[in-house]
Amino acid sequence: MSKAALTQAEPRASVDWRRWVRAIARSFLVRRIAKALFTIFFVTSLLFFLVRLMPSNPLEIYIQELMSQYGMSYQDAASQAASLFSIDFDAPLWQQYLNYLADLLRGNLGMSLRSTGTPVVDIIRQFLPWTLFSVGLGLLISFALGIGLGMIMAYRRDSWLDNLLSLFASITTSITPFLLGIMIIVFVAVQWRWVNFAELRGSTSPGIQPGFTLEFIKDILWHAMLPIGTYVLTTVGFWMLSMRSSTVATLGEDYVTVARARGLSDGRIATAYVGRNAVLPLVTQFTLSLAGVIGGSAVIERLFSYQGIGAQLVASVIQRDYSVMQGIFLILTVAVVVANLLTDLFYGVLDPRIRVTGEE
Amino acid sequence: MASQQQALSPVRRSVVVDMLFGMWSGVVLLARNRVGLIGLIGLVAFILLTFVGPYIVPLDTTVKVDQIYVPPSWEHPLGTDSQGKDIWSQIVHGGRELILISVGAALLSTLIGASLGALSAVAGGWVDSLVMFLTDIWLTIPQLPLLIVLAAFVRVNNPVTLILIIGLLSWPAFLRAVRSQVLAIKQSDFVEAARVLDLGTGHIIFREILPNMMSYITINFILAITAAMGFQATLIFLGVVPLSGTNWGVMIRFADTRGAIFSQDSFWYIMAPVMAISLFQLALVALERGFAEVFNPRLRS
Repeated sequence: MSKAALTQAEPRASVDWRRWVRAIARSFLVRRIAKALFTIFFVTSLLFFLVRLMPSNPLEIYIQELMSQYGMSYQDAASQAASLFSIDFDAPLWQQYLNYLADLLRGNLGMSLRSTGTPVVDIIRQFLPWTLFSVGLGLLISFALGIGLGMIMAYRRDSWLDNLLSLFASITTSITPFLLGIMIIVFVAVQWRWVNFAELRGSTSPGIQPGFTLEFIKDILWHAMLPIGTYVLTTVGFWMLSMRSSTVATLGEDYVTVARARGLSDGRIATAYVGRNAVLPLVTQFTLSLAGVIGGSAVIERLFSYQGIGAQLVASVIQRDYSVMQGIFLILTVAVVVANLLTDLFYGVLDPRIRVTGEE
Repeated sequence: MASQQQALSPVRRSVVVDMLFGMWSGVVLLARNRVGLIGLIGLVAFILLTFVGPYIVPLDTTVKVDQIYVPPSWEHPLGTDSQGKDIWSQIVHGGRELILISVGAALLSTLIGASLGALSAVAGGWVDSLVMFLTDIWLTIPQLPLLIVLAAFVRVNNPVTLILIIGLLSWPAFLRAVRSQVLAIKQSDFVEAARVLDLGTGHIIFREILPNMMSYITINFILAITAAMGFQATLIFLGVVPLSGTNWGVMIRFADTRGAIFSQDSFWYIMAPVMAISLFQLALVALERGFAEVFNPRLRS
């Protein structure tokens, strides 16, 4: 009330200016992007200090490795290690932090401490595509499969098929993903010998030319088969159960009864009336699950010797490679944040009811 | 009259008695539910196996070179490992530490989630905004990578750090759920009455609202144990926490580094700890399903 009175008292140009500022501050898009940027900044800063608080440092780990592998004395190992590392661990922490942020704004993620002369950006460029490819494909297959099976379960609820699929979904969602991955290796590759695991290691077969050829696509799919299978197996149950309950709820809605009364075909009701509405709540859950699955790739890739970014993260933590750790963590966070952002913006297209900007 | 009774029996004790009574009636109800009964039996079996078993089955520590990867027999119910040690005795001895750490981490995350979620909903205003803002950010951070980084702080034979880092990571999703539930309960008459009597925010949260959500909190607590067990096994498998003693996670780690995954003979060595953790998690989830159906009769139809 008093605010409105104040703005009216202002000169005209100023009113326009304030209205614009307020409109921008209220805009869903702007607020969403600001939050995403702050999240990235927060995580980056948190990680910067966390990795430096970690016990031991890359220098010490490297000295230990030299001593145990080559039987060097501490003095020799220390002098050799010191010549390799350019980073100054004695500079004040806040100074290192400001330097890091300044570099980051210029898109410079620094150099790997262990693989001397390799920029972190190159490591990410080399390994990230494999993770995005395998995790992305796995999630999409899982989501599509889960929605299909979930709808079938809802339509045939309390039949033997529904009970069987529910049991399968409950079991696969309860067990920690990498244990299911171990079971896949033990049964598919070792006990039943369906595939030769030794040939499947890595992301591509040696000597194959990267390019948009059928041969190359077949090869990378072949190598990603088991990780993708694990992502699907560990996540599909969640989508099945969610879609089942969501569809059951939608089937009870009046507009479905009306559609039936109007004599629409079952297929049309299932896709245009039930399916479209039942899938909406799952889209939000899809976003929430992203962080978990992208993060989970670390252990899955390690298990299947898949050359992705998650396996690199584990290696860099063990070696205390500060800059690689920070770079990979940053890129994983950005991936999750961007995916969240896209889903939020995309949601309005799916559900016209929430296509409003401004206050909640 | 009421105030006299409160003065006689300390508040804390009555909470404990309430909880014990609630747990007992929960167990009685559970036994009538098929899935819940399976989970309950499974959990009791695991507790007996890992907490009583070690006093009956001695840990086999002798290396027997001539008995490597012996298939299961009466002498070795689950066969032997890469050094000829009995796998069954390792399974019996390998659960206690993991289960205790899981329970500790689950307690911590449930406590944080429940109290902060309720506070956020009851206080509202800037407290609510701040808590939800932090929760949203926390939910966006990929958990496992952060856990892998934090695991570097764990020292040998120091389970407290492990409890802290797993517990401090796993609350955000629960907090959101608690907050939305409390927002609904907040409207009810008994909360309104407490507010009129000016009993204070602490009293309203811990004596009026949270006891009414005990079933929900219990269910989440069980699921949190399952998750914590998984996180521990993952961290040990990746080799980012120091290994100590015999536990299921260390068994998987050794089976992996000694190549037992890729050999047909060592099937039992790798599958025994994998199945132990999996079955423990399945038992807890079955228990949770049973609880959910008992507490929420609408699910039963």
